[in-house]
Amino acid sequence: MKGESSQAFSTKSYKSGVKPIWCPGCGDFGVLASISRALTLLQVPPEEVAVVSGIGCSSRIPAYLNSYGFHGVHGRALPLATGLKLARPELTVLVAGGDGDGFAIGGNHFLHACRRNADLTYIVMDNQVYGMTKGQASPTTEPDWDLSQLTPGGPGMNPFLPLVLALGSGANFLARASSSDPGGTADVLVEAIRHPGFSFVQVLSPCLTFQPEQRKWKKMVRPAPVEATTDPVRAAKRLMTDDNFFVGVLYRGERDPYDESSVEATCELSSLESEFKIHDLARS
Amino acid sequence: MTPERLSITVAGSGGAGVVTVGNTLLEAAGSIGWYARMARSSGPQIRGGEVAATVCLSPQPIQSDPSHCDLLVALDWKNIDRFADEIVLNGHSVVISDPEQGEVPDSIRDSGAQCLAIPFKELAANAGGARVNMVALGITMQLARLTRESIKFTLEKTFHGDRRFTIGMAGVDAGILAALSVNRLDLPPAPTTSCSERWSITGNQAAALGALRCGVRFAAGYPITPATEVLEYLALALPKLGGEFVQAEDELAAVNQIIGASFGGVPAITATSGPGLALMMESIGLAVAAEIPIVVIDVMRGGPATGIPTKSEQSDLNIALYGLPGDAPHLVIAPTSVNDCLDAVYWAVELSEWLQAPAIVLSSQALGQTRTIDDKPPTREQKAVRKVPDQADGAYQRYQLTPDGVSPMTLPGMPGGQYTAEGLEHDESGIPSVRAGDHLRQLEKRRGKLTSFDYGDYWADIQGEGSTAIITWGGPVGAARELLARSHEFDGGLRLIALRLLAPEQPGPMAKVLYGVKRILVVEQSHGGQFYRYLRSCYDLPAPTRSFCRPGPVPILAAEIAAQLQQWNLS
Repeated sequence: MKGESSQAFSTKSYKSGVKPIWCPGCGDFGVLASISRALTLLQVPPEEVAVVSGIGCSSRIPAYLNSYGFHGVHGRALPLATGLKLARPELTVLVAGGDGDGFAIGGNHFLHACRRNADLTYIVMDNQVYGMTKGQASPTTEPDWDLSQLTPGGPGMNPFLPLVLALGSGANFLARASSSDPGGTADVLVEAIRHPGFSFVQVLSPCLTFQPEQRKWKKMVRPAPVEATTDPVRAAKRLMTDDNFFVGVLYRGERDPYDESSVEATCELSSLESEFKIHDLARS
Repeated sequence: MTPERLSITVAGSGGAGVVTVGNTLLEAAGSIGWYARMARSSGPQIRGGEVAATVCLSPQPIQSDPSHCDLLVALDWKNIDRFADEIVLNGHSVVISDPEQGEVPDSIRDSGAQCLAIPFKELAANAGGARVNMVALGITMQLARLTRESIKFTLEKTFHGDRRFTIGMAGVDAGILAALSVNRLDLPPAPTTSCSERWSITGNQAAALGALRCGVRFAAGYPITPATEVLEYLALALPKLGGEFVQAEDELAAVNQIIGASFGGVPAITATSGPGLALMMESIGLAVAAEIPIVVIDVMRGGPATGIPTKSEQSDLNIALYGLPGDAPHLVIAPTSVNDCLDAVYWAVELSEWLQAPAIVLSSQALGQTRTIDDKPPTREQKAVRKVPDQADGAYQRYQLTPDGVSPMTLPGMPGGQYTAEGLEHDESGIPSVRAGDHLRQLEKRRGKLTSFDYGDYWADIQGEGSTAIITWGGPVGAARELLARSHEFDGGLRLIALRLLAPEQPGPMAKVLYGVKRILVVEQSHGGQFYRYLRSCYDLPAPTRSFCRPGPVPILAAEIAAQLQQWNLS
């Protein structure tokens, strides 16, 4: 492979130049850098990439990339991306968003997108909080987190384990990454994009504004001590026993992706229409 | 006087084969040159509930539901009370039932109809174990003067010539024999020469076909009564045409999937009913803001909430017109007949693609689940055209202000055309903006492209030049058309204005067609007079105007509209 300088696309090719709305120190800056780095490594032309998102801080990401993008409504990025991918299978379709968008309002679509296994890469920037609405508990918030007026004393429910849900629902590729390591995250994304079927990458992406404790995450994340598995049973066991800070590729499934082959037409509409025609006994 | 058409209702418990009898009569009548229409009425149970199939036969195309039932064949009386409102009998009607199923209910007998007893069950048993519905089919065939050959031909096709066909014909023959003892009904003769090519199609199938004809190659949907057949036809046809159908996990997913596909450049559609439409509303607003063409067909049923899923109403007009948050101009289109479901959806796709705006098509159970035998719908060659630039140079602005408000739309894959489709308010390039000026300019662009477009003559079907105008839409249009044939009975004559385009409103063309009108009757099937209120708020109605509105599920009949006009004369 030639050096980056002689390649058609550099990381700049994937950046739109629009200034992000994120707070200083937001993990999403790192994820944005990782996405353009991953696309550079893959050398996909920017116009053949579409990034689809819902609502929330991290869902602003499509506008910051020089690809096609869709900033839709809250929680519906996955079905929108599914429709796009099935209609235009040759595109590289990424879906990006936060934990609230993906696991609360969009939770049902998350389960079914895993199950459908269309060839999408879903990047969830998990900061365990609703940042855009100024700090409410999300489905991944700890039960005793009591900094929101909406849930005095904390939400009182255990957080979702998104990777466990994804595995149980049929996702074909699972990884965890950390925004504090853009290079490592980019490598994970390259694999996720290349892997056929539905790839889910949970990126720990701190919100220092509403979850200042997450500053510590940088020191807590560490590479998973074992290789990725293709066995869902082993993957389940590992995910149920990990402390949510192991990063790297955890599972590479071998399911066939959802049939997206926009097959060639096998008949004309007029021949389908002929089935409505009344057989005229008087004429026959 | 010989009636111009014959109305036959076959009723019984779900699973008894009532719809098979109806379909067979319809197809058989079609095969010997008749026009026909079959409306289905059923309760919520899939098996064991009540089902009625009402088949209307005529030498001419049939516009509306019959005002009364000429022949009622009751396979049993189990749930007849649930239908009593929908089966109108009179002194000329004939009712045939099996005495073994019990006494004819008072509600039926009190109508003055001639009640005859034929032991269906016994005849069926003696005919080699045929099903009771086949005996009923034979009786009906004989009384309606359909030919045995036409029934035989249709059944053979239905049962692919297997054992059910042979046994079925034994039942039919037993029925024919039994009916010989009954006086023939006073029926019109079958047309001797068959004319143009005729089709047997339901409104739901026609709606799906309209979408396909106009170039739709992606559809997604979630099952819901009474819209599922639209999706079923699309699921069958799209893969054969190189397209894709997806059964989504819910309506929220369905509408977003079609938005995604359309963003990718593939014309896309979904179909649902009221509850599903409610779920889709937020994302239809997204299609308004992001200017993505999509078509959503709402096959209306009784509401609110779960309402009456299997029966018709026109009470989703308000949500279709006004259900979107924000100022969100969009298209609302309604078919004016079963066959028009095809053209109305075709037009919706065409407009939506050109104007880059969502279109809601308001069909209804009465249109969607009614099957007609009618002339083949004409083919239109023109497909939906979207304004897609040949190339983009990097300075491309997705939401550029243009004289007609329609901005060129690049598609993923085109170099230099990259943009982010935005649900947030945005400037011309698509970058989110909270500026007052950007908001106003984009609002005006999105409204202007719809209001400045010339919709031509297709916005409404106008018939007659009388001084009394009937303004209506959707299902009741057929009844109003029927009344127009009797225009001379009304002082000054009648004029029918059947709206196909409900939004945006067309005050200019409406003023022209109302010129010279002395009074206006607004007809609709909603309890709250939604259409009347809409007309009052959007149009200048230059003559005394009255509302005739009532809820479903019973269809609005020509006789009811006539009665409204006669009462108006008296008061």
